[in-house]
Amino acid sequence: MSDHESTYVPKTAFERWMDSRLPIIRFGADYMSLPTPRNLNYWWTFGGILMLCLGIQIVTGILLAMHYVPNTEMAFESVERIMRDVNGGWLIRYVHANGASMFFIAAYIHMLRGLYYGSYKAPREMIWIVGCLIFFLLIGTAFLGYVLPWGQMSFHGAVVITNLIGSIPVVGGPILTWLQGGPAIDNATLNRFFSLHYLLPFLIAGCVVLHLWALHHAGQNNPVGILIPKERQAKDTLPFHPYYTVKDGFAVILFLLLFSYFVFFNPNALGHADNFIPANPLVTPAHIVPEWYLLPFYAILRAIPDKFGGVVAMFGSIGILFVLPWLDRSRIRSMRYRPIMKVLFVLFVVNGFILGWCGAELPDAHVIGNFSTFTVYDGDLNSFLWLGRFATLYYFAFFLVMPFVALKEKPLPVPSSISEPVLAPEAAIEKKG
Amino acid sequence: MAESVVHPEGEGQDPNRRDFIHIAAGAAAAGAGVAAVWPLINSMNPAADTLALASIEFDLTKVQEGQQVVIKWQGKPVFVRYRTPAEIERARAEDSAALPDPQTDAERVIEGHEQYLVLVGSCTHLGCVPTFGTGDFGGWFCPCHGSHYDTSGRIRRGPAPANLVVPTYEYLNDTRIRIG
Ligand code: HEM
Ligand code: FES
Repeated sequence: MSDHESTYVPKTAFERWMDSRLPIIRFGADYMSLPTPRNLNYWWTFGGILMLCLGIQIVTGILLAMHYVPNTEMAFESVERIMRDVNGGWLIRYVHANGASMFFIAAYIHMLRGLYYGSYKAPREMIWIVGCLIFFLLIGTAFLGYVLPWGQMSFHGAVVITNLIGSIPVVGGPILTWLQGGPAIDNATLNRFFSLHYLLPFLIAGCVVLHLWALHHAGQNNPVGILIPKERQAKDTLPFHPYYTVKDGFAVILFLLLFSYFVFFNPNALGHADNFIPANPLVTPAHIVPEWYLLPFYAILRAIPDKFGGVVAMFGSIGILFVLPWLDRSRIRSMRYRPIMKVLFVLFVVNGFILGWCGAELPDAHVIGNFSTFTVYDGDLNSFLWLGRFATLYYFAFFLVMPFVALKEKPLPVPSSISEPVLAPEAAIEKKG
Repeated sequence: MAESVVHPEGEGQDPNRRDFIHIAAGAAAAGAGVAAVWPLINSMNPAADTLALASIEFDLTKVQEGQQVVIKWQGKPVFVRYRTPAEIERARAEDSAALPDPQTDAERVIEGHEQYLVLVGSCTHLGCVPTFGTGDFGGWFCPCHGSHYDTSGRIRRGPAPANLVVPTYEYLNDTRIRIG
C-alpha cells in the first residue's frame, strides 16, 4: 500500500501543465485511488468524521471570533449578542458548542477502534503517537474554548484547572502566574486563552497532516489486523474512491443526524446551567464539573488524595497512551483473535463510563442507596471517591498488564489473508500455536 | 563532510580548529536563540499595570460583628471577618488540636485586633471560594472537593494542603487597613 503506484494520467493541457509544475492534482487523484483493505467496517469511518468535525469547528469558530469580544467586561454579553442579535448567530454558536462534544464522541470511538484492532502496533506506532498528540491538543482547545463565554463554570473551571499547574513543586507558582498573566484569572488570562484557542486547532490540522502521512506510509490496518502481502493486494484491496468515499459519506450523514438532534432540539443538553450566569470571582458554584468529555480525567485527578499526585495521575492517564505500542507485546494486532484482551477491552470501555460517572458526582456522595458502609482511609467505601479509585486502578492496570497478557494468552487462529476466510473459511484458517 | 575523500583519516582525530568553530558557532546560535525567545516568554508575565493594582484600602466599620465582607484584591476574593468572641474562643482553644498546617490563632491576626480576621478567600486546594458557616469546624467549607476550615481559617479536613492565606496588611488607623 505504501508504494502505491500512480495511475493518474493528466487529460487536459492545463492538467499536463500543472503536473510538471505543482503535481497537486496527481496528489489528489492518487489519494482517491489508494488501495484500501476491502474489509474495513463502520468503525473505520470515524477518521473522516473527525476531519469534518475539525473543519466545522474552524469555520464556525472563525465566524464567532468576528463577533466575540475577549474582555472580562464584555465577553459574556458578546456571546449573548451572538445568540440574540447576530444573524444566525445562535446556529453558529450552537454548532460550535455542540460540535466540541461531537468531536469528542468521534475521537473516543476512533481511539477505541485503534485500541481494539491493534492499530498502534508496528509499523503504525507513529500514526498512533501523532493521534495521541492530536487528542491532547483537542483537550487543550476545548478547555480554552469553554473559558471564553466567561460564565460561572467557565471561570471557576479555569481557576481549578490552572491551579493544578500551581501544585507542581517549586516552579508551579511562577509558572501559574506566568500562565495567568497576573495573580489570578483575569482579563489577561481571557485574552491569551482566546489567542491560544484560535491557534491550537491549526496545530491540530498540522498534526492531522502528519497523521495521514504516517498512515499512508505504513498502510491502513483492518479488522483482521494482518498486513496485506504484495501478491494479494489486487484481491484484498479496493480503491478508496468510490468504495470508501461512499461508505464514509453514509456514516457522515448518520453522524450529522445526531449532531442536528443536539443543535436543533436539545442544544444545551450537554452544557451546564451555571454557565448562564456571568463569571463572578467572589462566588463559586456549589458543584464544579468539567464538560462531559473530560469527566473521566477529572475523576482520576480526584481519586488521588495528594494534590500533585492527582495531577501526575491525570496527565499520566493520557501519557500512558503514548507508550502503548511498547506495552503490548503480543504479535497479534486484532483483539478478535485475543480472547483475554478482548474481555479486558470490554471492561476498559465500561470502566471509562464509570470514571465519567464518578467525575460528575460529588466525591462523598453514596453510590448505592443512602447508607454508609465502613470508612477506609479518608472516605466511606460506598462513595464515588472509592469507586473512582477502583476505576482509576483498572484504567492503569489495563495498560500495565498488557506485557503479561501477551505471554499467557493463547490467541485464536488468525486468517492468512483478508478475503480467504470469507471465500473458504475452513481452508483459509492457518493453525497457529 | 565526515566522509570527505580528501581527508579520509583527518576527521575524528583530536578536536581541531574547525571543530572548535563548529562548536562555538553552534553555542552562539543556541545562546542567541534563548536570548531571542526570552522576551517572548516574558511578555506573558504580569504587565506593569496589573502589578500596579497590588494594594487596596478597606474601612473596617463596614463589617458588623459576626459578619464578613468579601472584597476583590488582585482578582481574588479577600474575606474580612469580624469574629464573635465565641469564634475567637474556639479558634484559640483549638490551637493545640491536630492541625494539618500548624499555626496558632495569634499568628493569624494582628495583636490588639483579634476580632478581625483577614484571609485570601481562595481554597488552598484548587482555588474555589469557600463559604462560611457550612463546614464541620465552625468556619469555612469549600464545596469543590470538600475542604473544611476552622474559625481561624486553618485547614482541618479535606484535600487542601494549607491554611487559608493571610495576606500582608497593616492598620493605617484603628478602623482602616491596607492590604498588599
Ligand atoms: C478543535 C477545534 C475546536 C474546539 C474543540 C472548540 C471548542 C470550543 C468550546 C467548547 C467552546 C465553548 C462553547 C460554549 O459553551 O459557548 C468554544 C468557544 C469559542 N470558540 Fe472554539 N473550538 C474549536 C475551534 C475554534 C476555532 C478554530 C476558533 C476560531 C477563532 C474558535 C473560536 C471560538 C470562539 C470565538 C468561542 C467563544 C464563543 C462561544 O462561547 O460560543 N474555536 N470553542
Ligand atoms: S478547591 Fe477547595 S476543596 Fe478543592
